[in-house]
Formats: sequence, C-alpha cells, structure tokens
Amino acid sequence: MKKLSLAVIALYVGLLSAFSQKTTTDSSVYKSRKLTFEEANIVSSYYQQDGNNSAVTGGIGTEKLTDISNAFQVKLRKYDRQNRKHTFDVEVGVDHYTSASSDKINPSTISSASAADTRFYPSVNWTMENEQKGSSIGAGLSTSTEYDYQSFGGSINFSKKILKKSGEFSARLQTFLDNVTLIQPIELRTNTRRDEDDDYATSPRNTYSVALSYAQVINQQMQVEFLVDAIYQKGYLGLPFHRIYFTNNAEKVENLPNSRFKLPIGVRLNYFAGDRLIVRAYYRYYQDDWGLMAHTLNIETPVKITPFFSISPFYRFYKQRAVNYFAPYKMHKITEQYFTSNYDLSSFNSNFYGAGFRLAPPTNVFGIQHLASMEMRYGHYAKNIGMQSDIVSLQLGFK
Amino acid sequence: MNTTRTIKIATAFISMIAIMVATVSCVHVKEYQKGKLNDSEMVLGNRKVEKTELSFQSYREGASGANAGKSGGGCGCN
Repeated sequence: MKKLSLAVIALYVGLLSAFSQKTTTDSSVYKSRKLTFEEANIVSSYYQQDGNNSAVTGGIGTEKLTDISNAFQVKLRKYDRQNRKHTFDVEVGVDHYTSASSDKINPSTISSASAADTRFYPSVNWTMENEQKGSSIGAGLSTSTEYDYQSFGGSINFSKKILKKSGEFSARLQTFLDNVTLIQPIELRTNTRRDEDDDYATSPRNTYSVALSYAQVINQQMQVEFLVDAIYQKGYLGLPFHRIYFTNNAEKVENLPNSRFKLPIGVRLNYFAGDRLIVRAYYRYYQDDWGLMAHTLNIETPVKITPFFSISPFYRFYKQRAVNYFAPYKMHKITEQYFTSNYDLSSFNSNFYGAGFRLAPPTNVFGIQHLASMEMRYGHYAKNIGMQSDIVSLQLGFK
Repeated sequence: MNTTRTIKIATAFISMIAIMVATVSCVHVKEYQKGKLNDSEMVLGNRKVEKTELSFQSYREGASGANAGKSGGGCGCN
C-alpha cells in the first residue's frame, strides 16, 4: 500500500513537472518577435444634411445628402532583434452616399451616376518605435476611389520624445496625388455624346503638406499640444459640375485659381480636473491665400461616472470669412476671372453640439469576448446660413 | 489676400506660442505619476469615433488641417 502511495505521488509530481511552465532566464525583457494581433476597430456612422444653397445648382436648391460610412482597422505588432516595436495598421473604409444635388448634374436621367456613389478607401501604415530612445519613424500609403475622383496618398513621419519624455516633437510629410473627372452639367457639355456618363477627361489635383506638432506634459493633470500645418495644393481645385449664374444670366462652371496655400495653426489642452471631470479644449486659427480666414473652438468635457464608463458632452464653434471669389446666385459679373457660388466657401458661423458615451471595462463589454471598448456619439451641426446636419457614430474596439 | 500677410500672422502666432511654452513652468512628472495623463480620455488628438465628423467638417467648411487629420485627398464633391 505504501509502495502504491509512493508510486501515485511520484506519478503526480511527474505529471505536474511535465505540464508546469518552464522557468525562463529573463522573462522581463523578452518580447515576442512574432507578428501579434494588437487591436481591431470598427467605426460606423450615419450622416444626413439639408440646406438650400447647393453649389451644383449655382448656390440655390437642395443640399440634401445622406452618407453611411464604415471603416475597419486592424493593428498588428512585432518586435525586432533590437527590441524595436513595429506596428502595422491596415484600414479599409467604405462610404455610400446619396445626394439630391448631384442628381441635378444631368436631370434628364432618372438618377445620374453621381447621385448615389460608393467611396472605397484602403490604407496601410507602418511605424517603428524605439521605446528606449523614445523615437519613432513611419510611412503610409492610401488610396481613395469614387466614380468621379481618384486619390493616391503617401506619407512619412517621425517623432522624438524629449525633456525626460515629458515632451514629444512630431513631423509628418504627406502628399495626395488626385485626379478629378471633368463631369460638367449636361447643358454645358460640348461633346457629341452628351448623355453618356463615361469617357470624360480628367485633371490632376495634388496636395503637399508638412504637419509639425509638439506635445508637452505640464503637470500630473495637464498636457498641451501645438500644431502647425503648411499645405500647398496645385491643379484643378474647383469642381466641374458647380454651376455659376452671372448677373447677365449667362451660365458657366466654377473657376478657381490652380494653386492654394493653407496655413492652419492649432493648440490643444487636456486637463483632468479633480477625479471625474476632464476638459478637452482645442482652438485653431486658419488662413489661406484665397482670402479665407477661420477660427475653430472645440470643448469637450468627459465625466467619468465610473473608471470605465464616461459621458462626454461637446460643443464646437466655427466661424469663417469667405474666399475672395465667392458670390451668391446671379451676383457674379461675367468679367470676373475667378468665381464660385459654393456656400462652403462663403462667410458663415456654425455650431456643432452633442454628446457621447464610452465603455471600456477591464474585461469586456456586455460579456462579448474580445470586445474591449464601445463608444457612441451623436452631434447636431447648424450653419447660420440654413444648412443643418446630424451625425451618429459608433466605435467598437476589439483586443 | 496676399501670402505676405498670411506669413506675418503665422509668424506672430508661432512667436506667441513659443513665448507661452517658454513661460509655462513644466513640472517633471515621473512615469508612476502619469495615471491621469494616461487615462484614455486624456489622449491628445482625435478619437476614432470622430472620424466621420472630421471628414464632413473638412468638406462643409473652407478650413482644414492642424488637427492631426487629413488635409487633402478625397473629393468632397457633395
């Protein structure tokens, strides 16, 4: 019996030993070099707008539009032999919109090609981060395709933590090489196949930008960020189906300069007030060489109901002065060189307000495996020139 | 509008920011003291859920950029 007991104990110890984890010599510094899943995100939105200043019909007429957008993002990571972290970010976006004004490009058709369209925009980004040095470099490629527009984008970026990692400087160079399909309003087409929605010429529109930012920790509750972009655009910068009606009743399509230099400058401040309230503030000053000047002020105040559940009311105020080339319906003179009746480039103020909530429990959301966070937001947007819109967005984060 | 005026305003703004940064007294915060700074609500930058909002704002307004978002590409045709 004693022999049997000893044999059972020996077998049990043997089994324990066989299935127990092996001791690693330096587990604290070891990081897997295999490509590992980090997180995935889904962002879905529904957007609708209405107004009475459509550029397609010369600054009058419906601006009714709906848009459903979905974006899927997957992040993967791996460490190399020098313990540098490589992050691969793959994203695919699909938008589907219907636009009442686009239907007026060719009203003789039941529904012209651009009245409902789908935009497909995949992108891939790579970042290599040296966590010890606090520096990173990266690059990205993107494309966007819709019926009358094609865009290819490329970027490189660099960041470096300084001042004992309390400050971080970032720089990003970006370019977009786009092509606009020149679909004109039906009555202004000169080709013989006026009713065909294909075989149109295209025109390039290129964008080059430098974005610089500096983030600084002020104290245990506050951090700020300063942002400066310099953006230069060249090519066909108007849209070929935006009609202009002149004072003498003549009709043409929008004509804008073939270059534009934009200079937005922003500052962000986040402050954790007490234990539950956070203040997220943002201000941007914008000016360009078309004469457009704008101020943007955004404030959001997330309130932490619990450490893992917060409610975030927000308010955004925007004010812009029109470009030099804007005039309303039948207000442009035929002698002018550049002209547009696009009310997105007119003088106006806008208010955008709403609220959202965020759930990010330590385990998972609603007991759904791998669902690590959920955020939902609704906002109402109104310009003082009559245009209004609503947007609702949902973000799901998986880990 | 001329480019010279834009550059002058930008220079004045950048100088103002530089003075602000120089005068703000920053306290060195150790990693273990960054509990609040590392809170998900304290992230500097836009949240993922704002993606479509930023997109429609850049189309419906004349200004764009300086928000770590896109500053070009895409049509905004509608």
